[in-house]
Amino acid sequence: MELSIENGRLIDPANGIDEIADIHVSGSRIKAVGTPSTGFAPQRTIDAAGRYVLPGIVDLCVRLREPGEEHKATIQSETRSAASGGITSVVCPPDTLPVIDTPGMVHMIHDRAEAAGFADVHPLGALTVGLKGTQLTDMATLSDAGCVGVSNALESVENTLLMRRAMQYASTYGIPVFLTPCDPWLQGNGVVHEGVISTQLGLPAVPEAAETVGIARDIALVETSGAAAHFDLISCERSVFRLSEARQRQLPITASVAIHHLLCSESDIGEFNTQFKVMPPLRTQRDREGLIQGLASGDISAICSDHQPHSMDAKLAPFSEAATGIAGLDTLLTLAWSLVRSDQLDAKTVIAALTANPARIAGLECGDLAAGKAADLLIFDPDIKWTLDDSTMISRGRNSPWFGRELHGKVVLTVKDGSIVWES
Amino acid sequence: MNVRTDFPVQFDQNGNLRHFLTIKGLPAETLTGILDIAHSFIDFGKREIKKIPLMRGKTVVNLFFEPSTRTRTTFEIAAKRLSADVVNMNAERMSTTKGESILDTVRTLEAMHTDMFVVRDRESGAAHLIASHLPEHVRVINAGDGRHAHPTQAMLDMFTIRQHKAEFPSLRVAIVGDILHSRVARSQIHALNILGAPEIRVIGPRTLIPTDIETMGVTYVNNMKNGLEDIDVIMMLRIQRERMDGQLIPSEQEYFNRYGLTEEALRFARPDAIVMHPGPINRGLEIASSVADGNRSVILDQVTNGIAVRMSIMAHLMGGQEKSKWN
Repeated sequence: MELSIENGRLIDPANGIDEIADIHVSGSRIKAVGTPSTGFAPQRTIDAAGRYVLPGIVDLCVRLREPGEEHKATIQSETRSAASGGITSVVCPPDTLPVIDTPGMVHMIHDRAEAAGFADVHPLGALTVGLKGTQLTDMATLSDAGCVGVSNALESVENTLLMRRAMQYASTYGIPVFLTPCDPWLQGNGVVHEGVISTQLGLPAVPEAAETVGIARDIALVETSGAAAHFDLISCERSVFRLSEARQRQLPITASVAIHHLLCSESDIGEFNTQFKVMPPLRTQRDREGLIQGLASGDISAICSDHQPHSMDAKLAPFSEAATGIAGLDTLLTLAWSLVRSDQLDAKTVIAALTANPARIAGLECGDLAAGKAADLLIFDPDIKWTLDDSTMISRGRNSPWFGRELHGKVVLTVKDGSIVWES
Repeated sequence: MNVRTDFPVQFDQNGNLRHFLTIKGLPAETLTGILDIAHSFIDFGKREIKKIPLMRGKTVVNLFFEPSTRTRTTFEIAAKRLSADVVNMNAERMSTTKGESILDTVRTLEAMHTDMFVVRDRESGAAHLIASHLPEHVRVINAGDGRHAHPTQAMLDMFTIRQHKAEFPSLRVAIVGDILHSRVARSQIHALNILGAPEIRVIGPRTLIPTDIETMGVTYVNNMKNGLEDIDVIMMLRIQRERMDGQLIPSEQEYFNRYGLTEEALRFARPDAIVMHPGPINRGLEIASSVADGNRSVILDQVTNGIAVRMSIMAHLMGGQEKSKWN
């Protein structure tokens, strides 16, 4: 299809564009930004006046629940949720059932995502067999099969020697290692940040040191192994300090943060509100501000949803026993935009952290609007007010602290490879 | 986009107390009101006919997912003296992934027209969860949830202090032992602060003191000598032996030498200081037998007062219900 989107404010950080401009799509590709070549006759022209036209979002941490937990959600249901939020590429951790540690699993996920047609799904391969932390996977084979990196998901690799070898081995083939830094002993059975809230509510706590000790170890291993590492789900300010030092030494390290850590803190848990139960836990207001500062400085370069869909019932349990995580695909851009609206971050930083930066981290050829690139883009209306509820939430998950609340700003159209995959 | 979620579950929309889940956030008048009514119930147990018809026709379910003898028994006696019908449920609870969920159990019992649940569970927040998923007319009393709160215990402790001591604004109180795992300590701290105690100290090794404990309005002291100086009330906590695996305290001996309440340690406090303990006592671990049984100990008074205070709390919650029904 040939499509023109006119009069929108086009923000494309990778190409330094932030202006009112038209964009033209031909087939699966972007034809031109500005004036198309003569003879271009679009079948459809969309007026995006007063709206933003942005590259399709690349989300680095998304649980689709398939294979293994299809009762919660499927690749079909969650990539449709992604499309509704303007997300056109997702990276999924390997902690599916079974674990993504064979090429067959990678092919199956690719096939099912393609059949659904809403978004590209890029699996991470397991770093160790079964994520058990004892034996390396066939990383090179997994990479050849299409994994964009390797990861041990939320399972810690306790054995530091094995972690070092995993990094050395991955670096042989230039495979990026995705890490969620955490010392498992310090994390223990904790469910909230160690601080005022854990003390008041009497809940088992995860100290900040669980993350800072983990990140210090892993940075030391990166420094000597030559592996390229991506740290996801950074939750505390002191981790940002470690990242900043690593960046000054020009280590091949990148980092991302989940949107809820930019918006919420431990005090949001109130009286045991399990919708705010996430891992790593929500930390202090100072940490929240430190993470925002980390994005502004570039020490953290990507924002993800950390999408973890659950049924409504999964959160109806005492806090320690309630399910962990937020279903966040539907609301990622809306919530991220609230940081722009409240002047906590500028639009360019937020959009880059949702598009070009995560694309680069995952080695993907997307995340920008240059002519010739795959036409993955979205139109965002910052003025629409809507309520996240049963009728509007596209993910099959119902676990969101924002469920039932009025939100400001909404994706109205998503284009994936030149096809409109979402329109509201 | 800040989401406020700290609405107190235990109040109804008009600010009346609907459940008794935590001391936190209760007005001082509510606490003194409960203590005053409890006072009128205290001689009641000595009467020949120990019943008043305040809860006649009401059904109270003691739902204990965690074993308890003394708390459950005093709740049962309290409810029966108010003429309620009482059912004791000692339920084994699987983790959420297996078996019936805690809410399913509660909803099943509620369907049998229960008017009040007295709930104990190993998980912090269990009573809040139950209270926020029951119909409006059903009352919930928290009989201990994880490490979070044990508000009726704190109330009977306050009652016992008031029996023996001057007004709260003139009292210095020390709480000694495993604060980290103690729901009793958390509720005591809230109650003492609300009632105006000018100084509350917590004493114990750092491994047993929660991070940021100062934010609850207490001062930390690392030794008994300084900690008990000028103290009017000593509240000992139970050390759970099974928890002390050599990582929180090195040995029972070293603990007792540093933090056990012995005759010698008691001399650091004011000469008329009283000694309290929520029970059950580990003699020779947190407290010496001679102190537990000595003339400064009010430990058995605490047990006795438990019935009157729990009657008062039940009456308080049911009274609110009657009012709203007839208004």
